[in-house]
Amino acid sequence: MTTQAAPNKLISGATGDWEVVIGMEIHAQVTSNAKLFSGASAEYGGAPNDHVSLVDAAMPGMLPVINEECVKQAIRTGLGLEARINLRSVFDRKNYFYPDLPQGYQISQYKHPIVGEGAVIVDVSPSERITVGIERLHLEQDAGKSLHDLSATESHVDLNRSGVALMEIVSKPDLRSAEEARAYVSKLRTILRYIGSCDGNMEQGSLRADVNVSVRRPGAPLGTRCEIKNVNSIRFIGQAIEVEARRQIGILEDGGAIAQETRLFDPGRGETRSMRSKEEAHDYRYFPDPDLLPLEFDQPYVDALRAQLPELPDAKRARFIEQYGLPPYDAGVLVMERAAADYFEETAKGRDAKLAANWVINELFGRLNKEGLDVTRSPVSSQALGAIIDLISQNVISGKIAKDLFEIVWTEGGDPKEIVEARGMKQVTDTGAIEAAVDAVIAANPDKVEQAKAKPTMLGWFVGQVMKQTGGKANPQSVNELLKRKLGV
Amino acid sequence: MSDPTHLSLAEARDALASKQLSAVELARAHIDAISKSRALNCFITETPEVALAQAQESDARIARGDARPLEGLPLGIKDLYCSKGVRTTAGSRILDDFTPTYESTVSANLLRDGAAMLGKLNLDEFAMGSSNETSAFGPVVSPWRRAADPDAKIVPGGSSGGSSSAVAARLCLGATATDTGGSIRQPAAFTGTVGVKPTYGRCSRWGIVAFASSLDQAGPITRTVRDAAIMLRSMAGHDPKDTTSVDAPVPDYEAAVGASVKGRRIGVPKEYRIDGMSAEIAALWDKGAAWLKDAGAEIVEISLPHTRYALPTYYIIAPAEASSNLARYDGVRYGCREQGRDVSEMYEKTRAAGFGPEVRRRIMIGTYVLSAGYYDAYYVRAQKVRSLIKRDFDEAFASGVDAVLTPATPSTAFAQGEKGSADPVEMYLNDVFTVTVNMAGLPGVAVPGGLAANGLPLGLQLIGKAFDEETLFSLAAAIERAAPKIELPQPWWREG
Repeated sequence: MTTQAAPNKLISGATGDWEVVIGMEIHAQVTSNAKLFSGASAEYGGAPNDHVSLVDAAMPGMLPVINEECVKQAIRTGLGLEARINLRSVFDRKNYFYPDLPQGYQISQYKHPIVGEGAVIVDVSPSERITVGIERLHLEQDAGKSLHDLSATESHVDLNRSGVALMEIVSKPDLRSAEEARAYVSKLRTILRYIGSCDGNMEQGSLRADVNVSVRRPGAPLGTRCEIKNVNSIRFIGQAIEVEARRQIGILEDGGAIAQETRLFDPGRGETRSMRSKEEAHDYRYFPDPDLLPLEFDQPYVDALRAQLPELPDAKRARFIEQYGLPPYDAGVLVMERAAADYFEETAKGRDAKLAANWVINELFGRLNKEGLDVTRSPVSSQALGAIIDLISQNVISGKIAKDLFEIVWTEGGDPKEIVEARGMKQVTDTGAIEAAVDAVIAANPDKVEQAKAKPTMLGWFVGQVMKQTGGKANPQSVNELLKRKLGV
Repeated sequence: MSDPTHLSLAEARDALASKQLSAVELARAHIDAISKSRALNCFITETPEVALAQAQESDARIARGDARPLEGLPLGIKDLYCSKGVRTTAGSRILDDFTPTYESTVSANLLRDGAAMLGKLNLDEFAMGSSNETSAFGPVVSPWRRAADPDAKIVPGGSSGGSSSAVAARLCLGATATDTGGSIRQPAAFTGTVGVKPTYGRCSRWGIVAFASSLDQAGPITRTVRDAAIMLRSMAGHDPKDTTSVDAPVPDYEAAVGASVKGRRIGVPKEYRIDGMSAEIAALWDKGAAWLKDAGAEIVEISLPHTRYALPTYYIIAPAEASSNLARYDGVRYGCREQGRDVSEMYEKTRAAGFGPEVRRRIMIGTYVLSAGYYDAYYVRAQKVRSLIKRDFDEAFASGVDAVLTPATPSTAFAQGEKGSADPVEMYLNDVFTVTVNMAGLPGVAVPGGLAANGLPLGLQLIGKAFDEETLFSLAAAIERAAPKIELPQPWWREG
């Protein structure tokens, strides 16, 4: 709350600097087979109203029964957020009318959530790490979906999502820039995916954010906030914060006041617009759901779930630094996705870990990003990449050839060692052959030889020429040594 | 056999078992009685073909020695219980011609045990009422008449008025009912029948249209204590589909019916002697205590100091829950729909047309007490008072009392239109002795205590410890044995 932004986070307005204060409510769809209070499938997709039970459709006399797996997922997530797990929590009804809300109320947790305060460590950049406070996490039902474009005169309702379990993860207002907000959501997504409690798929709506934004003069009390509803990509979260902060600053600098309201971000127009004012806000008439007993479990239940948790990203990052001697930022990049971290560890096993990390981060991730592929669908397996790295380490191929080899394995597949053999990609370590090439280059460029004597950095040009002559296969170290000797630099 | 509708449920069971009577004969006798008794307006939907088909199966089972506990016994089902494939209305226009694809757990339990379903019984709309006058399907009439003005149509109580009237008029051997603030016990008291409101959690609420979820409980209305014990045994039990139902074995309640009450301590709460209690009710209460004493029980005065807050507290909690429970009747997925220019107008028109005045009143009260700024003053305080009411009972039972004896209602039944038309609170006062039991989640039974001077039945109420229905059955049976037998008037309501 009192955290003050570093000067470089401030936004400069016409009348001075402003600090933006951001809190987030993330809705994460719980990974489970069935819905929160019914046995219907929670799977994404399906024909409209395929995954709807009597309970989801709120037929008369139907009662909710809690899905224990959803409770476990919430506890696991709470543990991943270093948060207090409440052994007793209460489900409340949040009452409002909407056609995609069949019961006329959403079952949620209001006063007594299943998870209390926690913290998330977020790496904003290679040099900046912040801690974001978690206020709470609670379980609630998702609503269905209204479809307005199937008919000119009527709306249709698809209840497939109605009753699917969501975790609402509420942060403290600890974020001070769009960049921090993006990094926070990205880290939260990483944690959820490690735990397996949410697939983090923002396109399918498994992860949605309500963003609370306010601005103030540095050090001043908190300003009036606006809530931007349902932002569904990390990029849009950043954009929405930036335009909303600018909007608020504009109003304040013109002598106006911010009205507390709910707004929507329109990515097409790059603006936020009012959805409803505070006066129009619903009175949700929360009260404890009398159909459900308070949710109670004991500490051993929590401890058993903790014991089964996988190694989480922060711990894995620390281990990578310690065990593999990686720079913290590289370690952080490698642990972003559990599958990628596993890939790295398979690749690094018994090899030069730093070399492996470089190859995974630069070549592999670069290529995967370009193709929009997930690491689990990488055409180059960790074994194949390991084999490529082995060929480099054993001086069989040069780094440059290795990149070509990676490209071949990526597009054509095959065993790297066999490819190198079959295509004559082996590095030339025969000094005689290299010397012949060096001599030829020297003989052909007497003027450059003269220049090189005065300016030893010219050596690089000679190396390039020799590599060209040898089709890139000459061992760069040998080329270097020979050139130095022969040119006398 | 002369007229099998004059048998009690237990007697009919025995007659079927000994093959003095067939299930089809028994069903036909009731179907015939129902068809000639439409003046009482007990049934919203009659299902004679269902009952006959079930009776045929029962006869086959009895013939091959494979009878179930309720084999061939025809019952009425309160139309708040969802019946698979049979229109279910909750006494409301808003459900229109809603036909569930599922059977409520409690009615399914009865069918599993061999009972036959004669039809769906009338009730106050969404079980909100104490006289059955709020039903969208017209008021139910009691078979009882006042001696002085026999033409006045007497109410059967509510909300389970169809159940109480049908059982009293011998249109079914027993009926299911539900009780949120007295809706089983008050109609039973008004019609000289036995009504049992079991402990909260004893019966599943799954498939019963919800009124106030923390108070609603299913139970039977029958003509004898034994019959109620037989029915409850089949109705009760744990249901994984209702997490508020309790996973505890269901005792053989019938075995408790003859049990001795010697040495039982019966508490008589002084706070129930309310201002303006009629001498007749006070005398009935004293008689009830005397009958139990004669049977060997000990009578002690107890104090339940928060009793006087129970009624206002109930009329906060029940409407609050109802306002939320009834939000699902919005015209979107089932039931009636009135078109509007937009969805808000569709909601407003649908709910204005679909709900009657009493339901609308309670939705508005409930919405008000839950709204921002009033929640703490009303709902939160009401919940605190509710805990105090429960604690009163806990302390009484902890002091060694086995059960509590009170009158069931502050008066005998009244005639249609006599109460509540000017002031709804006048009607709400009917529940003054019964709501505490729902607030505390305890079991209660109403048992006939004789006739008042006006010729209408009077009832006594026994309140027990949680899940100690057995003690209630033994005490109610003792009162039943001691109380004067009440004779139903000649069946004036019968056609032909």
